[in-house]
Amino acid sequence: MALILENVRRDAGAERHIRDVSLTLERGTLNVLLGPTLSGKTSLMRLMAGLDAPSEGRVLMDGRDLTGVPVQRRNVAMVYQQFINYPTLTVFENIASPLRVARLPATEIEARVSEAAALLRLEPYLGRLPLELSGGQQQRTAIARALVKRAELVLLDEPLANLDYKLREELREELPRIFAASGAIFVYATTEPSEALLLGGCTAALAQGRLTQFGPTPEVYRRPQDLTTARIFSDPPLNELACSKDGGLVVLDTGARHAVTGAFAGVPDGRYVVGFRAHHLFLEPPGPDAIALAATVSVAEITGSESFVHVDVRTPQGERRLVAQLPGVHRLEPTTALTVHLDPQRLFLFDAEGRLAAAPTIARAA
Amino acid sequence: MSRIVLDQLAHSYLARPRGTEDFALKQIDLAWEQGGAYALLGPSGCGKTTLLNIISGLVVPTRGRILFDGRDVTRLPTEARNIAQVFQFPVVYDTLTVGENLAFPLKNRKVARETIRARVAEIARLLELTAFLDRKARNLTADLKQKISLGRGLVRADVAAILFDEPLTVIDPHLKWQLRSTLKELHRRLDVTMIYVTHDQTEALTFADKVVVMHDGNVVQSGTPEELFARPAHTFVGHFIGSPGMNVLPCRVEGASARIEGGVVPLARRYDALPRDARIEIGVRPEFVTLRPRGAGLPVRVRRIDDLGRVRIARVELRGRPLAATVPDTARIDGEEASLWLDPAQVHVYADGRLVEGERP
Amino acid sequence: MNKTVNNRAWLLVLPVFALVAFSAVLPLMTVVNYSVQDTFGNNQFFWNGLGWYQELLDPSSQLGERFYDALWRNLLFSGIVLALEVPLGILVALSMPRRGIGVAFALVIMALPLLIPWNVVGTIWQVFARSDIGLFGYAVNRALAPLGTDFNYTQGVLAAWITIVIMDVWHWTGLIALLCYAGLKSIPDAYYQAARIDGASRFAVFTTIQLPKMRRVLLIAVLLRFMDSFMIYTEPFVLTGGGPGNSTTFLSIDLVKLALGQFDLGKAAAMSIVYNLIILAACWVFYTVMVNVGVERRALGTPTAGETPPAEPASAPVIPIERRAA
Repeated sequence: MALILENVRRDAGAERHIRDVSLTLERGTLNVLLGPTLSGKTSLMRLMAGLDAPSEGRVLMDGRDLTGVPVQRRNVAMVYQQFINYPTLTVFENIASPLRVARLPATEIEARVSEAAALLRLEPYLGRLPLELSGGQQQRTAIARALVKRAELVLLDEPLANLDYKLREELREELPRIFAASGAIFVYATTEPSEALLLGGCTAALAQGRLTQFGPTPEVYRRPQDLTTARIFSDPPLNELACSKDGGLVVLDTGARHAVTGAFAGVPDGRYVVGFRAHHLFLEPPGPDAIALAATVSVAEITGSESFVHVDVRTPQGERRLVAQLPGVHRLEPTTALTVHLDPQRLFLFDAEGRLAAAPTIARAA
Repeated sequence: MSRIVLDQLAHSYLARPRGTEDFALKQIDLAWEQGGAYALLGPSGCGKTTLLNIISGLVVPTRGRILFDGRDVTRLPTEARNIAQVFQFPVVYDTLTVGENLAFPLKNRKVARETIRARVAEIARLLELTAFLDRKARNLTADLKQKISLGRGLVRADVAAILFDEPLTVIDPHLKWQLRSTLKELHRRLDVTMIYVTHDQTEALTFADKVVVMHDGNVVQSGTPEELFARPAHTFVGHFIGSPGMNVLPCRVEGASARIEGGVVPLARRYDALPRDARIEIGVRPEFVTLRPRGAGLPVRVRRIDDLGRVRIARVELRGRPLAATVPDTARIDGEEASLWLDPAQVHVYADGRLVEGERP
Repeated sequence: MNKTVNNRAWLLVLPVFALVAFSAVLPLMTVVNYSVQDTFGNNQFFWNGLGWYQELLDPSSQLGERFYDALWRNLLFSGIVLALEVPLGILVALSMPRRGIGVAFALVIMALPLLIPWNVVGTIWQVFARSDIGLFGYAVNRALAPLGTDFNYTQGVLAAWITIVIMDVWHWTGLIALLCYAGLKSIPDAYYQAARIDGASRFAVFTTIQLPKMRRVLLIAVLLRFMDSFMIYTEPFVLTGGGPGNSTTFLSIDLVKLALGQFDLGKAAAMSIVYNLIILAACWVFYTVMVNVGVERRALGTPTAGETPPAEPASAPVIPIERRAA
């Protein structure tokens, strides 16, 4: 019982939008497609929906080959970034519209619409027109319409991108509950790592039309298989420094030398890229074996509860920008020289091909 | 170069407004210093865009004045005020090159060609656009186009303020970080007042020295990010700033303790003179609420624990009231039963939504 | 975007194929047939090969001279009409109101000439431009009286041309204005606002914002009007009948004269085919340009994810606009 993409490729003209993606989405799961703009999220969704046919490969639903079956004959629902509702129909009629098309009896429609409206907290607004609602309520209506069909596959393409920050937060908290109540396969596209983490489920990381990793969301976050995935799944952006390991010594390109501990212990000699998230760059040594780096402050952004300190470190290739996410307020003037610290236990190491060589050794530290 | 003063500003889109309900902006009194970085933060419909349009000269306010360095500009058109604006969606002149785009405002003002060349080169270097100067602006990415719009504002020597209208809306998360720190660096280097309008608290707080929080046509609080975080003047500010927002609970306050749903929360200050008929609430941020195994503290049911990577946030219920709390890395929570510990110094008391200053005991 | 393939869709296209075969392919084949034969009536045909074509395209022959004359006349007409209608259409579109009640009014006024049947347009102007009873003709005549010339489109070549051109401008400027107006309406307000902030003059706004944004619709308008004016028949036929002399005999009018007036079916058929080919060529240009203009390449210049742009040297020289020391 699953949607299976088998070596799917999609070309549009000379451009390759999707390159050889294989993916199995189980029934009753929530799957996040995470990647920057133009990484192929929407193209992949169109293939899943049957809006486009793959140039190569197959799309299977519960073992049935759906390749080339048009969207009208599949049981699919879609929610877009724009709030798409029928402007002249009330919220009730909007939600009921797919059921009216299916010619369900009136009592059944009534029951299903009430159920969906309750789930999305739309009961007080059933008699209103979409344009009399806030953006959040309009998008709730669109989601309710997608759910009421009881489609096997529900695709949501950045559904919260056009909402205000707080409304986004509100709806995002509710979505896992809404999804859990339905038995469909949910696919949710987003550019934001924090959204993927909040939604949980499974995450498929996409870059330039290629699937870089697919697995349970916390696992993809904590053990990204390659540098690209780690970059996609880091906000603030992943900090990166090159280093080489030779015997018992690790030399970072900044010149810092360090005895082999932590993540460095289990890997063979060679060149690596050290990757670490912003909240693992510290102003105070986090432990006795911390790695110290000389840096200069470029900008300090203060949100009131935490600070994002952007620092530059010197490497032979020029200055490298690193970001530290620190709790509390750190008013640091630009050009201030300071020492920042890394914890060898909380680093990713990527080999010359960009594959993950070592992940943080502390549980929950990534 | 100017200090911007909004003097008893109010605006209604109706020709004959009757009650306060008809006003999109109720009454705004603000003074912005030359060279500051300010943000207007609020949900859609709070009046922030109206205020921005009044500053830029697109809208003439119904009442009140707007002063640039003491000069009344309330009725001056956009082009007569020395302001620049960066819009939500990038505005570039498609057929011109990046360099010509940057030179455009100077050329229109008949600046000498040599000066234009020097300024454009300088601004391009600051914005890291030098490599693109001879490219057509048409096929560039959104973040580069936004840099060009910004550059067109900066290139003028006389610009008094640059207005930003949700400029990062169409930018990918990774590039947002770059563009935001570029903005911040530029503000530091150049002596220009910047006013940033957004609904996104992270953008407002990281950008501005002073954030003006708006709600329903009113300014509810104007302060530094720390002030807004540590002492929200209104429950709306508490809710709107912070992610998740502040927990707000109705309660009964007696002296230096609050009674909530059967539990007692100690407070750091005394509140003896609270208004009688007012709705009394306490507000405390999830950052200062810690989830602990069942024991002392407010007894709660754990609904869900969200793993946000960097932190874990518990969604709990206190007799049916939802709350958010921080889960320490070391904490092990088994089952649904747990307790909350609230940091007394960070618990604020609100009467009818407004912060009440207590007395030190 | 290639959609899902369903071969049964071809069945739905069959009726159209049949219809096109009857309405276009068969008559065209008849014309091709005529163009390679000579006939003297009585359904007797003699094979002439490419003879008519050779004669038609040879400027020294009588037929060739006639053909080229009409062709140049036609091109001249299209040129003049485009040169007048496009700037005028843009000007009208720019001065049309952008909101309010005036919008509907302006749209109706612009669309009105487009709704009038073409032979009626010819008839209207035939009367309107008459120097004795037509308002336009009479007024112009009175105005020209002190100069000692008179305005009569049935006799003066210049007068005939002026009348036809003005008629066409009256008839079709509305179309260009409406197309341009649609293009202008699609420009977001932010562009105008940015231009005001940048201190752009009215002319600069036109050249940097409005004209570039209208490029697509203007291209459609120019090509549409070129094709249309190149095939013009009804209005000049009604107004001047191709005269005085042959001065307003365009290709289409000449074709009718040749076929139905002189009954030179072979020559007329050859001329139709060449005329048709010219129009097809114009069509092809039209199509190619439209398709190519529609293609916007994907955005360039993104550094690929995570790739850090080269950092600036640490000790940047002090630049004059840094007024506040870092």
